[in-house]
Amino acid sequence: MKRSSWTDYQKQIADDRYYYGRSCIRQNFFPGSEKAFIDILQRDLGRDLLDDPKHSSCTGIGYHSDIVPLETIMTVVARQFSLMNEAGYENFVTSCITSFGVYTEVLATWAEFPETEERTRENLLKATGREFRKPASLAHTSDVMFHFRDRIAAQAKRRLVNVATGEPLRVVEHIGCHYAKIFPKSGIGGSEFPYVLAGMVESWGGECVDYPERRHCCGFGFRNYLVQANRGYSIANSHKKLESMAPYKPDFIVANCPGCAMFLDKWQYAIAEMEGTTYGENGHGIPVLTYEEMAGLVLGYDPWELGMQMHQVDVEPLLDKMGVEYDPAAKYLGRNGKYIGKPASAVVNCGSADTVYDIRE
Amino acid sequence: MKKRIIVIGGGVAGMQTALRLAEQGAAVLLVEKESELGGKLRHWHVLFPSFTPASEVLTELRRRINASDIEVLTGAEAVALAPKSVTLRDGRELACDSVVLCSGFTLFDASIKEEYGYGIYDNVFTSVDLERMFREGRVAKADGTRPRRIAFLHCVGSRDEKVCQQHCSKVCCITGVKQAMEIKRLFPEADVFNFYMDIRMFGPGYEEMYREAQQRYNIHFVRGRISEASPTIDGRVQIKAEDTLTGRPLRMSVDMLILLVGMRSNDDLAALAASAGLDRAPSGFMKPRDLFLDNVRSNVGGIFYAGAVSAPKSIGETLNEGIAAADAAARYAGL
Amino acid sequence: MAINFGYTISKPRAINLDRNNLRRSDEILHEMPELQTCIGCGACTAVCTAGNLTEFNFRKVHTLVRRGEYQGAYEEMNKCMLCGKCRLVCPRGINTRGVVLLIKRKLGDL
Repeated sequence: MKRSSWTDYQKQIADDRYYYGRSCIRQNFFPGSEKAFIDILQRDLGRDLLDDPKHSSCTGIGYHSDIVPLETIMTVVARQFSLMNEAGYENFVTSCITSFGVYTEVLATWAEFPETEERTRENLLKATGREFRKPASLAHTSDVMFHFRDRIAAQAKRRLVNVATGEPLRVVEHIGCHYAKIFPKSGIGGSEFPYVLAGMVESWGGECVDYPERRHCCGFGFRNYLVQANRGYSIANSHKKLESMAPYKPDFIVANCPGCAMFLDKWQYAIAEMEGTTYGENGHGIPVLTYEEMAGLVLGYDPWELGMQMHQVDVEPLLDKMGVEYDPAAKYLGRNGKYIGKPASAVVNCGSADTVYDIRE
Repeated sequence: MKKRIIVIGGGVAGMQTALRLAEQGAAVLLVEKESELGGKLRHWHVLFPSFTPASEVLTELRRRINASDIEVLTGAEAVALAPKSVTLRDGRELACDSVVLCSGFTLFDASIKEEYGYGIYDNVFTSVDLERMFREGRVAKADGTRPRRIAFLHCVGSRDEKVCQQHCSKVCCITGVKQAMEIKRLFPEADVFNFYMDIRMFGPGYEEMYREAQQRYNIHFVRGRISEASPTIDGRVQIKAEDTLTGRPLRMSVDMLILLVGMRSNDDLAALAASAGLDRAPSGFMKPRDLFLDNVRSNVGGIFYAGAVSAPKSIGETLNEGIAAADAAARYAGL
Repeated sequence: MAINFGYTISKPRAINLDRNNLRRSDEILHEMPELQTCIGCGACTAVCTAGNLTEFNFRKVHTLVRRGEYQGAYEEMNKCMLCGKCRLVCPRGINTRGVVLLIKRKLGDL
């Protein structure tokens, strides 16, 4: 794709000394990814990053579900900044796209309406006795990974290339809506042709696929899928995207948002069970990776150490294509070799439908 | 001693103004920054609503200029002006008795509307690209094949706060109708869709032309703004809009997407206006002293406007304004 | 054996002109090209005897038919009382009663 416009969006990304804000849900769905980010930054890139146990949820899920009011979320955000100040850091990086959107929105609101910042300062002081300074820079962790993409390429043990054919892997990159659709200038490449993931993919030898529904939302939408009865139109969005990308035969999907990575992975399971449709090769689903997993594979990490056994769609076909060596027997062994359990057979992984537990029975 | 009047800009407006001034007995200096006269009309094929070849108008204007004693200075860009002088980029300061600013407009750069992928997707074109294809006598998809389904999108870079162009560019609606009809003449079997927000048929014969496009040419008009364009696997373009008259989202793929780009004010108007203390309208175009009785006069005595420098205008309106501005400038200079 | 998760995948509401079969729409427009000149003013629906008492919206139904959305159009057109008031008010002079009868004729066997 002739993506030339991304260079028009320049964003300052700090080079070192990060204060890390975790995501609420990633540790459940992609538990190795945040660990991999910390390891890559600290071990492979020699960066100073603080993973502070004192910080809390940004309350974005509550905010987007109409439970947490704006004043509250602003105060929570202010507290995170205060913790960062206390720890002696000034570059805030956040692992979640919605958190990134929340922080960006709060900072923009304070800039636009200074009285809201004053009120937040009062609220924080009253509630916690704390004061805060705003961060010198705010970035999503995928921005940071993008920032180091060439260094990672230089240290790469593997590339995003099919080892059997030598062809670049075909990658669907999916950007979380709150990354740049709310504040296009806050994302690398803006909202229409974001380059944050594409830049990584291209630096590491892969090739991005532009398909008709590339910019479409995965359908997460918080309150829209929280209620079971509403999930029909939530899943229909991922369905639409998968239908649209399938003819391009992507080798994998990479996403920079906790919800998108989860949805694009897990909805493939649901669609396969409900309709029998799968979108990948040989009747399998399309593996869905986080950018940390993608970077981890490139840097030679073990896929099970990256937590890739937790995916709904099996990643082995992709690992084989990339020439990643792995121990199939170790897949469901967690820390210290402890067996973590094994999922039931599923249509999306070419398991027989008959073995699936049918809740109607 | 003849009165010397400088006309800045050698497009249709400037040429007509210069001709009228010469008729009135002024010593006219026509300053054009390009290497030849004609402005944007040089790139146009035929004109609405009559399908008159643009070259016909231009050739006649050129012939008249050549037959006159108008002094033409090409490759010269005015960077500052005052009622009695014009300063060129090379530092030359030209003295005069009054000035008519006819520097026209700038075409909206469609790539700024990133969602349409202009410059990224091969089969997304602008109305200007299409006009060039008409002139060259060959309209085709990027791969050289015949288009079977073409969509026009109105108001690209007009009436759009997102790109700081809140004004209506006026001529794009009728241009969209004209170009859609030309496409149908070339490809009678093709389906042509025009996506519009409002259809503004302001001139004589325009509404009749619109109706003809609908009834005789079977061109589909869909009220709804295309929200994004993306590529299909076979190199075509998928578009999404709302069919607002049915209240349903609408999607389709097309062989060619034509963006009807608007007219915006020239970037150098800010500096020119500052040099002479001229007022500009919120749209960025020059603001006439009065919209009724002084619509070719600026707020500064001795500086006049003709054509699209003061607002988007059609060729016909521009030609009329050239005469009005020339008469006002001549009267000011004492002719 | 499909699993019931308590929801189904919603069907898209979009008019998909890549999928819709426009043959009948083309035939209708061929027989009555003036229908293309509709500018969506809504005068027909405003005066419609049936439209004031039912969901019938002549403008919307014929627009949908032109987009290849035929489902239910015949039944909708049956609500028309053929009073002819819409034809009196149409600023484009469209033979609206004729449109009702034409659409019924073309879509009756669907």
